[in-house]
Amino acid sequence: MNTAVDVSRFVRTEKIEALPPPKLARGPIAWVRENLFSSPINTALTLAVAYLLFVLIPPILDFLFFNAVWTGTDRAACRAETAGHPVGACWAFVVSKINFFTYGSYPAEERWRVNIFFVLLAIGVAWLLWLRAPRRDLGAVYFFWLFPIASYVLLTGGNVDIGLRAWLLFATIGVVFMAAIGFAAFMLKTSVRSAVLVAAGIVAVLGVTLALLDWDWGLEPVPTSRWGGILVTLLVATVGIVFSLPFGILLALGRRSKLPILRMASVIFIEFVRGVPLITVLIMANTMLPLFLPPDVTVDRLTRPLVGVAFFASAYMAEVVRGGLQAMPKGQYEGAMSLGLNYPQMMVLIILPQALRIVIPGIVNTFIGLFKDTSLVSVVGIFDLVKTIEASRIDPNWAAPTISYTGYAFAALFYFIFCWGMSRYSLGVERRLAAGHKR
Amino acid sequence: MQSVVSPTSPPKRSFLYDPNVRGIFYQVLLICVVGYLFYMAATNVVENLQRAKIASGFGFLDVTAGFDISQTLVPFSAAGSTYRDAFIVGLLNTLIVSAIGIVFATILGFTIGIARLSTNWMVAKVAMVYVELLRNIPLLLQLLFWYIAVLGPLPQPRDSFQLGAGFFLNSRGLFMPRPVYGADIWAVVAAFAIGIVGTVLFRRYAKRQQEATGRQYRVGFVSLALIIGLPVATWIVLALASVNPVSFDMPQKGTFNLRGGMQILPEFVALLVGLVTYTAAFIAEVVRAGILAVSKGQTEAANSLGLKSGQTLRLVVIPQAMRVIIPPLTSQYLNLTKNSSLAVAVGYPDLVQVFMGTVLNQTGQAVEVVMITMGVYLTISLVTSFVMNIYNRRVAIVER
Repeated sequence: MNTAVDVSRFVRTEKIEALPPPKLARGPIAWVRENLFSSPINTALTLAVAYLLFVLIPPILDFLFFNAVWTGTDRAACRAETAGHPVGACWAFVVSKINFFTYGSYPAEERWRVNIFFVLLAIGVAWLLWLRAPRRDLGAVYFFWLFPIASYVLLTGGNVDIGLRAWLLFATIGVVFMAAIGFAAFMLKTSVRSAVLVAAGIVAVLGVTLALLDWDWGLEPVPTSRWGGILVTLLVATVGIVFSLPFGILLALGRRSKLPILRMASVIFIEFVRGVPLITVLIMANTMLPLFLPPDVTVDRLTRPLVGVAFFASAYMAEVVRGGLQAMPKGQYEGAMSLGLNYPQMMVLIILPQALRIVIPGIVNTFIGLFKDTSLVSVVGIFDLVKTIEASRIDPNWAAPTISYTGYAFAALFYFIFCWGMSRYSLGVERRLAAGHKR
Repeated sequence: MQSVVSPTSPPKRSFLYDPNVRGIFYQVLLICVVGYLFYMAATNVVENLQRAKIASGFGFLDVTAGFDISQTLVPFSAAGSTYRDAFIVGLLNTLIVSAIGIVFATILGFTIGIARLSTNWMVAKVAMVYVELLRNIPLLLQLLFWYIAVLGPLPQPRDSFQLGAGFFLNSRGLFMPRPVYGADIWAVVAAFAIGIVGTVLFRRYAKRQQEATGRQYRVGFVSLALIIGLPVATWIVLALASVNPVSFDMPQKGTFNLRGGMQILPEFVALLVGLVTYTAAFIAEVVRAGILAVSKGQTEAANSLGLKSGQTLRLVVIPQAMRVIIPPLTSQYLNLTKNSSLAVAVGYPDLVQVFMGTVLNQTGQAVEVVMITMGVYLTISLVTSFVMNIYNRRVAIVER
């Protein structure tokens, strides 16, 4: 240590006054200065955007709320001459048509069945999407088996009436199937008993499904030509998701398989479907599906696009699931194999539960796309929400200048609420799943 | 696979447990099932077509079409043109709306994507609202909105909006001057080509000079002068010499319609606007994600080197972001091309509307028509993804 006095060094002897706090580092004015007027360019941008909003927002608000007509029974209410002011959205039109927009031409006294379908759908979706819901495995059984059967019975009226001969055929095939499985187990020197039990389980599930569809529940049959509106929109989306998840998983597993032919078949299917627009798939389903089937089989007008949508969604879902499978560390596969699990056990018990969990956001995003794409079925003549609006807006009873805008605004609102809600959900899940990986 | 079998070795396992045998079994099963399905479908198709007395084969392509198409880039007439011509017209219409759409969607998408990251709160929020609104409403609805609600109420031709400089807007579309090229247009084209070559050479020279001496040239200005200035100068010189290389055919107002000029169909405008605004919302998200993927340290390092914010963006952030942006951007371009098939909803004569709509209805040859149409889209998709794979391999970071 240097004890000599160092004259070259300056040591302050008294404390200097603290500087005053910087003006406006916080508070609304500082915020505005920081975020809106921090530089000349920013100021110009802010003013330009503010002017844009000033031009755009008031007319939109006027249209949607202030000049809107809320009550009325026909076109007179929504014409400027009778309303006495410039007319914005004619919500009275939506109110009077809301049943048509929701159910299409579904018979009025049977609409409670559609309402139950909506409730069942909501239960299934909530059960699967709520990450802390109890027994989500039962939820899957409900959503992918019970719910489709119940919906089919409710909406069409069930009572397929396949006849005694079909039942006998089914029983024969079932017995043969169980015998074949038992024989295979015997050849492989594994437990014949458990193999036959599994086979019997499969036969029983199919049998119960058939019986539920076959049973006469006393419901009035409603032909699909009378379905329409939101019912069909949600139905197409539901069919898409119910079919695309299982098929998508199978296709993804096929694409990741070591068996060359299986892998090639999966790749060809996936790339083919992803390479063409949905509308061509729908037109193909519409025109070619009847050609593919025997001449005596007729395909329902609504079923055709449903098949197309199911195919289309499966291919996209397969790519999402494949992402999840590829994200699994190799150790998970190796660990499962070293425990002596076979391929199905490894997939069902170890890999898929983890892989599907991390791709929930991807699945939801695919579903958002699918939900928006359901509007395309209107192009092939199916009465979904867009088509009901297209049909209603040219209704002479409601011939008024703003009817088209109102109809589109309503449809846009409907789609926006669903899609935006789902995208928020997927963001939330993403954040939650990322919580463990944040550093 | 032991060559020496000891007497204590376990009993030989059944070959049914051999994974290879099982694999072959499953694949043979798959081939049988798929083959059977295809066989059944094929026989049914043949039977159904015979019953409906529909011809098969591609001979129909040479049959006279007998219908008109509202927008044709190549000569087409109902009487003289075949279904093959109709196919080409539809294909060109699809390609032109996709190409123009891709250009505008890229510009708008990059603008909005960068705006979402702006430090200006208002700009960022407006961009966010745009993206959320456009992404969550079906494209079909947006197209119908543009077509019926925005372009529908345009006035009759005789009350056209005059936009000035020979531009008119009415319910039949947008009318604009049509350039008529004179014989001397080759001089302007040649000047343009020279400009491009000159720019490339100058850039290379400037870069080498900068690396050697540190001296910077104003590359941007020189490029602009070469590419745009040179052709314009040539044009002016030619015009002064009174051999005008380009003249314009102005649309003239008639009693009921506009004559002359170039007409752009309202269907085309609606489809283009819908595709551009919709795809731009997705591109904006791609761009935003790409820019956010460049770590903040890169920006800070660039700043500490003394680069201005524009230079930072141009020289440091964008080149690295592009690596992340390009693959999803390409898939957005493909989506735009595939979505252009929604033209059928607004009546723009694209491939699907002309070929899968009119031609399919007239001939009834669903199998051939669907195969050709899907083949076109598949080819576009596969070629693009092939090129993208090559590009990706080139730009991918080589890890040590």
